[in-house]
Amino acid sequence: MAGMKILVAMRQVPERDAPLAIAADAKWIEGSALSYTTNEPDAYALEEALRLKDSLGPASGEVIALTAGPEGAASVLRDALARGADRALHIVTPASPQQHDPLAVAQLLAAAIRGESPDLILAGLQSDDLGLGQTGVILAELLGIPHTTLVLHVEAISSGIRVKRELEDGWFQYVEMPLPALVTIQSGGNQLRYATLMGIKKARSKEVRTIDAASFGLQGTAASAELARVFVPEKQRETRMLTGTAAEVAAKLVDVLRNEVRVL
Amino acid sequence: MSGVLVILEHRAFAQGSVTVPRVTLEALAAGVHLAQQLAIPCSAALIGDGLNDVLASPAFGPVRNVGLAQLLAVEHELLASYTADGFSIALHQLIASLAPEFVVFPHTYQVRDYAPALAARFGQSLVSDAIAIRIESGLPVFVRQLFQGRLNADYRMAASSRTPVPTFVSIQAGAFRAESLDAAAASAQPPQIEAFTPKLTSAQIRTVPAAPFRESSRSVDLTTASVIVAAGRGIGEQANVALIQSLAEALGAEMAASRPICDAGWLPMERQVGSSGQTVTPKLYLAIGISGAIQHLVGMKGSKTVIAINRDPSAPIFEIADYGVAGDLFEIVPALTEAILTTKAQ
Repeated sequence: MAGMKILVAMRQVPERDAPLAIAADAKWIEGSALSYTTNEPDAYALEEALRLKDSLGPASGEVIALTAGPEGAASVLRDALARGADRALHIVTPASPQQHDPLAVAQLLAAAIRGESPDLILAGLQSDDLGLGQTGVILAELLGIPHTTLVLHVEAISSGIRVKRELEDGWFQYVEMPLPALVTIQSGGNQLRYATLMGIKKARSKEVRTIDAASFGLQGTAASAELARVFVPEKQRETRMLTGTAAEVAAKLVDVLRNEVRVL
Repeated sequence: MSGVLVILEHRAFAQGSVTVPRVTLEALAAGVHLAQQLAIPCSAALIGDGLNDVLASPAFGPVRNVGLAQLLAVEHELLASYTADGFSIALHQLIASLAPEFVVFPHTYQVRDYAPALAARFGQSLVSDAIAIRIESGLPVFVRQLFQGRLNADYRMAASSRTPVPTFVSIQAGAFRAESLDAAAASAQPPQIEAFTPKLTSAQIRTVPAAPFRESSRSVDLTTASVIVAAGRGIGEQANVALIQSLAEALGAEMAASRPICDAGWLPMERQVGSSGQTVTPKLYLAIGISGAIQHLVGMKGSKTVIAINRDPSAPIFEIADYGVAGDLFEIVPALTEAILTTKAQ
């Protein structure tokens, strides 16, 4: 088929190794001092969108990056533009209270997407922070379009798209879907491209449209169970921490391997 | 009915045999536990086509004998193979008709595909991947993990939410004990199997799934290995795989890895441990540079002894390790390999 209008829903999350401190009200983490990045599965979703666009021929179709988040989340969109997205939409939400209900986030995304009518929507399968794994599926439900989750590759076929879906325990499955459709992307299907210097330069002239979340006039959701308290998990096993220089630790480990685990 | 409804999964094989995945029995145990604590009935439903033989099979013994109020067979020829559309529509009708207070799922790839859409039809999102349920002031509190297992969170219900709008919860593999069902079974009366036929037309099912397949026959079977040395993101680059390989050779161990290592192609996919790879239970699991995302932990937490070496002392891998070293693997691993070789030479 000719060019496709592909929209990629993305989220900003704390860096994977960022030190986490629980906020004073224990409702979330202390966010101000953290460094943030693009949610990893969302980066793979963008990569898949760019590859799909390239495969359909140059200068046809469009890749649009979309996020809902506070002002700082714009850096996710600028990075997406530098990697090759054509333009971006930013639904600006208040920095607090944090929005933790994926249904509410999906409602915001759906409101912004209705004006765009994309052929295909891609999203990461889950976020590294909340890990609920639902925003994409709910978004498809709200837009009334079919979806498939945990997808590694998307290809265009005459009747729409064919996706390779990951199942458990090393199994896979192909699924065919008509367009418009939504697909959630699993990490690792492709190598991520880096933003080139040229890409970063070009990104400066690309459009980032901001929309105030309040302008949609959404009523909010009535979740029956809500995130009430964040806490440090209790240990499941008693862990003996071994300390010292590398040589001392190695000697202690050999002692454990020999006398306790008995594998030496 | 205002009770708990557990959604079951099964696997049927060509030669007619049936299995119930362990995670389904664990979700059933969670549902039974929740119902007992709240003194409300527990029911269960299986979705598919031609389910009578399946529900009567020996594999479903623990399900029949657990004292369920109702055991429902949600049957339609369009439900013979899984589709998100078919399952969402069928379960939407079932739940609207039974009006349970809680709907409990096993947190499988299939549930992840349709349950969020199903819950959204009731104006709810799913409390997904819950690891524990406790009761406070007569209301359940669901515990789930945040930040890849580095923190936990309580999800609390408001008293006013014990209404006809159900609460949807999926249960993480290994969080509840399937064995507890046997104990509950002793005096239970098996329920009649009730058929529920949803209204469904082929035009409502928009996706066309093909038959599942495996990329290649698995030549590496990690499930029988007694010692496994596994590498994670912390090894930094492909050249450092050799470091881990030397340690594995010194120990006579099988090499394994977490998903990012296999995704990057540093080790073959067949050496991946975790929810999308193999589930292992060795005598020793030596985790190097693995932070311990839940997707990895579910594949190795049954190991007899776990030793973890990782730079970050707050990494979740240390939650389940018997022995931990918080330090630089590039110093410790070569020193350990050398110490093992020296010991073996003596």
